[in-house]
Amino acid sequence: MDKVSTIEGRAIPLGLKNVDTDVIIPAHWLKTVSREGLGRGAFETIREAPSNPFDVEDFAGAPILIAGDNFGCGSSREHAAWALLDLGITAVIAPSFSDIFSGNAFKNGILTVELPQDQVDRLLEIAADHPITIDLENQTVTTPFQDRFAFEVDPFRKHCLLEGLDEIGLTLERSAAIETHEQQRAQALPWLDAPQRRDAA
Amino acid sequence: MASKPRTLYEKIWDAHVVERRDDGTCILYIDRHLVHEVTSPQAFEALRLAGRKVRRPDLTLAVPDHNLPTTPRIDAAGNRLPIEDPQSAAQLAALEANAPAFGIDYIDAVAPEQGIVHVVGPEQGFSLPGATIVCGDSHTAAHGGIGALAFGIGTSEVEHVLATQTLQLRPSKSMEVRVEGELGPGVTPKDLILHIIGVIGTAGGTGHVIEYRGAVFERMSVEGRLTVCNMSIEGGARAGLIAPDEAVFTYLKGRPYAPRGEAWDKAVAWWKTLHSDPDAVFDKTVVIDAADVEPTVSWGTSPEDVVAVGGNVPAPESFADPSKQSAARKSLDYMGLEPGQRIENIAIENVFIGSCTNSRIEDLRAAADVLKGRTKAANVRWAIVVPGSGLVKRQAEAEGLDRIFTAAGFEWREPGCSACLAMNPDKVPPGERCASTSNRNFVGRQGPGARTHLVSPAMAAAAAVTGRLADVRTLAPCQAVDA
Repeated sequence: MDKVSTIEGRAIPLGLKNVDTDVIIPAHWLKTVSREGLGRGAFETIREAPSNPFDVEDFAGAPILIAGDNFGCGSSREHAAWALLDLGITAVIAPSFSDIFSGNAFKNGILTVELPQDQVDRLLEIAADHPITIDLENQTVTTPFQDRFAFEVDPFRKHCLLEGLDEIGLTLERSAAIETHEQQRAQALPWLDAPQRRDAA
Repeated sequence: MASKPRTLYEKIWDAHVVERRDDGTCILYIDRHLVHEVTSPQAFEALRLAGRKVRRPDLTLAVPDHNLPTTPRIDAAGNRLPIEDPQSAAQLAALEANAPAFGIDYIDAVAPEQGIVHVVGPEQGFSLPGATIVCGDSHTAAHGGIGALAFGIGTSEVEHVLATQTLQLRPSKSMEVRVEGELGPGVTPKDLILHIIGVIGTAGGTGHVIEYRGAVFERMSVEGRLTVCNMSIEGGARAGLIAPDEAVFTYLKGRPYAPRGEAWDKAVAWWKTLHSDPDAVFDKTVVIDAADVEPTVSWGTSPEDVVAVGGNVPAPESFADPSKQSAARKSLDYMGLEPGQRIENIAIENVFIGSCTNSRIEDLRAAADVLKGRTKAANVRWAIVVPGSGLVKRQAEAEGLDRIFTAAGFEWREPGCSACLAMNPDKVPPGERCASTSNRNFVGRQGPGARTHLVSPAMAAAAAVTGRLADVRTLAPCQAVDA
């Protein structure tokens, strides 16, 4: 995973609440065995409208998206995160995120920044004409107008993002603990260990 | 010394913690991993690139479901028919190659046991009470109906589980949804969960695991519990669960992957301890009066947009929250509905009975009960039944349900996810309405421009015969017809 520290640039002021992952990337784009190229299908239904913010020239290549409450709800498809990355979006600001989406985003180095609705509203206003800066190290969002909004981030996720760590690699370093757990589990809950194989049933 | 009272969720969580870090993040052991063709190819590819193996192929089960056409898969001579869409065929081929390459048990597309992962898991006894169960699909929450801690994961997490049989997670908060009283006649588990989502909202359970509690659930069939837990994610909760009881043990006993003999007895003894302690504290409690639940229908493009079938399409101004008002305006525009319009005056052109929410045998029986001796209305152009698994299909055929459906003008299909998410050829045409037993009424979910009304199987059948959204309780009882 690439290291993430400061994200600076234009922010697409989408603002909608309950943006589900079917809207971020419709199901017919999921028939792929690759993570690449999903930007073409990103926000397909929203982009049907000629005046949609994604196709405004000023926002071409914008690294930030600003949305409403409950961004990324619905399906667990990680294709939503891959589609955002393919559009060049590496941070999303919203009042809240769905649990599965925020995990998927993190695992792809996309920063999810939760801010109260009034601060999101202020950023939506500024984003129309000005860039925004997200500083992960200091956990702040700033604007050219002296706005400075602090946000919370899970310390483990912050550490992984700043250092570009591979979570699977980190877990595999704990293999001994996993083995110990498996041994205890085999004693305490033995039926969980040996499901019948279908061919043996 | 008495230990701290714990919720059901905490008991299952605690039994699976491998390690807890100071910041609260845990390495959580995963007991069962279900894999399907859409969210796994990139995970297997990443394992290959990193030279990693599947740590516990014996705890992993693969079955294709999302992308498969539901038209016949075998010709008269018994040969497998090709999948026309090359991308769908490639995705299926990837799973067919990856499962044996990594030593994973695989139910292939033409096996009698094939079906939707969330139907297959419990049906095969692969899903068990008290187990941690994951799948690259948000409706994994369904398995909570048998008392498992089950939740959907993304593809990176699929890869993580394949490689380590664990996930790095922080514990969720706990939420109690307590339903008091009895459901009225004609009110089903689907109506109840739609009603609950309407009350808590689509973000009401975010950050929480829901435990559904109350006598309603003790009396509810295991399949009904699977329906309720399935849609927990539509209320924002990654998982929802119900304490396992004798009904669950009876349901699971003798199923192919379920424990047997002494192992079964040990398992049941542990499962009986899996309930929230009397003094357990939930972070949030919502109380629902069962008497308030009517046959329920969705009117908008979010699963929280629900109303009793006897009601009207709401006016956007009726919502206090300005962002909800604008969302409702957009929804009504997409749905082609007017505020104040009677729900029962909404004509529908399509009916879909299926999905991991409502495709089990009891669902098909409930729909067939309404359809027996009736036919679909002239304005209903497309009506399909997609059983949740090959075993459900065979059972339904043994009971003659397929003949009731086809006599009523329905198509009787092969198992899969089908028109719930329209990845395969089963789609609702643009601008048309569908009374659907699925779980999501999102924009474009059942096909570009498709308008979805979420309903129970009995209500979908009532919509089919009347050609509009209708209260199943008001249909005259049908004359018994000899099949």
